[in-house]
Amino acid sequence: MTRLDAAIAGIGATEFSKDSGRSELRLAAEAVLAALDDAGLSPAEVDGLVTFTQDANQEIAVAREVGIGDLSFFSRVDYGGGAACATVAHAAMAVTTGAARAVVCYRAFNERSGRRFGRPDAGLAGQQSSQGMEMSWHVPYGLVTPAAWVAMFARRYLHAYGATSEDLGRVAVAMRRHAATNPAAWFHGRPITLADHQASRWIAEPLRLLDCCQESDGAVALVVTTAGRARDLRRTPAVVTAAAQGSGAGQMMMTSYYRDDMTGLPEMSVVGRQLWETSGLTPADIQTAILYDHFTPFVLTQLEELGFCGRGEAAAYVRDGGIELGGRLPVNPHGGQLGEAYIHGMNGIAEAVRQLRGTAANQVDGVRNVLVTAGTGVPTSGLILSGVSD
Amino acid sequence: MTGEELLDLAAKQAALGELAGAPADDPVNVPMIRHWLAAMGDRNPVYLDRGLAPPAMAQVWTMTAPAPGDRSPVSVMMGALDEAGYTGVVATNCEQTYHRYVRVGELLTPATRFTGLAGPKRTALGEGFFATWVVTWYAGEGEPVAEMLFRVLKFRPPEKRAEPYPLRPSVNRDTAFFWDGVRRGELRVQSCADCGELRHPPGPMCPRCHSANRAHVVARGEGVVYSYVVHHHPPVPGRETPFVVAVVELPEGVRIVGNVVDCPPESVAVGMPVRVAYRPMDDELVLPVWTPGEP
Repeated sequence: MTRLDAAIAGIGATEFSKDSGRSELRLAAEAVLAALDDAGLSPAEVDGLVTFTQDANQEIAVAREVGIGDLSFFSRVDYGGGAACATVAHAAMAVTTGAARAVVCYRAFNERSGRRFGRPDAGLAGQQSSQGMEMSWHVPYGLVTPAAWVAMFARRYLHAYGATSEDLGRVAVAMRRHAATNPAAWFHGRPITLADHQASRWIAEPLRLLDCCQESDGAVALVVTTAGRARDLRRTPAVVTAAAQGSGAGQMMMTSYYRDDMTGLPEMSVVGRQLWETSGLTPADIQTAILYDHFTPFVLTQLEELGFCGRGEAAAYVRDGGIELGGRLPVNPHGGQLGEAYIHGMNGIAEAVRQLRGTAANQVDGVRNVLVTAGTGVPTSGLILSGVSD
Repeated sequence: MTGEELLDLAAKQAALGELAGAPADDPVNVPMIRHWLAAMGDRNPVYLDRGLAPPAMAQVWTMTAPAPGDRSPVSVMMGALDEAGYTGVVATNCEQTYHRYVRVGELLTPATRFTGLAGPKRTALGEGFFATWVVTWYAGEGEPVAEMLFRVLKFRPPEKRAEPYPLRPSVNRDTAFFWDGVRRGELRVQSCADCGELRHPPGPMCPRCHSANRAHVVARGEGVVYSYVVHHHPPVPGRETPFVVAVVELPEGVRIVGNVVDCPPESVAVGMPVRVAYRPMDDELVLPVWTPGEP
């Protein structure tokens, strides 16, 4: 892959809540303006916008609200939360090739007070589309919620490696511990114990309530421009050292149950392979990682797919405190989506930028490279962001 | 018979006027009066003391079992309504008029006059016709002693339809063979007509040889639970929680998702042998499900 010439120059967000009290378009506009203000750019200097296909706010609507004029680049990325890092990847390619000079990536939704992703949507299998046909092999059996789709993978993982519900619980406990000291987190000041996790009710066995991330209202925006230009802007740039998308053989949306093995995430391996090859880095070069944590089991799987530990070793890695602040690889110092907020992975990218700037609530020492992942169980994406050496 | 034809037939029956029926088999008698009074709890001594029949017994003296081949106007009309699909019946009116007491020893003869058909009408029970007739009971030389107006609603019972199951699959030309099979009690696995590759879920093109010639094999219907979940929350439309959904591995070499039923969720385990069954979810949809199999 050609070397990218891109950096995240600004981050912006609304508050994270359960009921924003305003429209999703307003949330998007607020976050975009905040990110531009952070970067020190005016809306008139933006010529590109990227978001998720699932976002309800069209690029042109966001442009109208914040006073962005001519757009020379706009794109959407599909597959739910798998789009998060890919929005930055698309923007980075656009600024590298000159298709645009300054691109804002955004995601805005009232996912708690509006349409909740965790609720069954009986119409999922009713669409005459490839996805509707795919869902038709699962939804009629009541396999219709993200938690249940992930639980199917989790059961096989636990069976194959002898891991337990407690091993999943340790991921949730770590995320909530991190969130407890992050003032922006919904669960600020509210850590949980492993006993709390074990006492929480079943959602879809083997997943308990506390294995599932929260549902949130909010928006996050990121400003991407060339690394050179970013150096001249207000903030220390977070350089896009590598960006990648990934889909695996036999890929489905959350239900890739027909591949030989159900214990891994081959699509994340596709992402990881590219990130390591492009960057020339290894897991040892990463000081902190933002791993997509909509459900606890896939945090374990990602540690394995990305090479932070071997197959089947993630439970022990987590048991030894490996993913906690002060551990071998602090994961989600902001508390992740289990602790901070569920903004479809975009809040994690903002945290990676803060870690590189040295401004995070739970700052990890000596951060030079941060690995970020997007939605798991779906075609996904990832980033390695790096600080600039002075 | 259409509604109009039914009304025509009714007019013809009414035009026949009053037609006499067969006289009662027995005259008005004490044992039946005593039995009636006891059954009704009527303790008035006047009937037995003076040899009078309670007027409400009018119908009792001439009531017979329905006779096959009865061509009376009422029977003809009821038969025609049944044949036209108005098979439901409910009595709506019964008005009796008594001209005098009937005495023990008198022999009564009924006569029936079909008086009309009204409809079709929409009712809470369904579309129907109201049929009315009048029976008069005569004593001695044609002396009317009691009359009864009787009206029934003959209605078309609504078709019994199961509540449509909400979690419906999309079916298209690539997948119809599977659902057709399920309706016939066959678990069909797509096979490539050229290279023989088996595949589930199915698709339009063989990923191995790119042939679009598709066939299928019928699976033995046995499998092993490869993974499973027990769904508890949130509620799922059309489902009672908890329920089990499993990825089942078939000996044919493919996997398929389905519910494990007829056993407690806690008895399900990875590696459990299961056997296919077919469960109607509503009037149209049948789903393959899995029941505990031979270990």
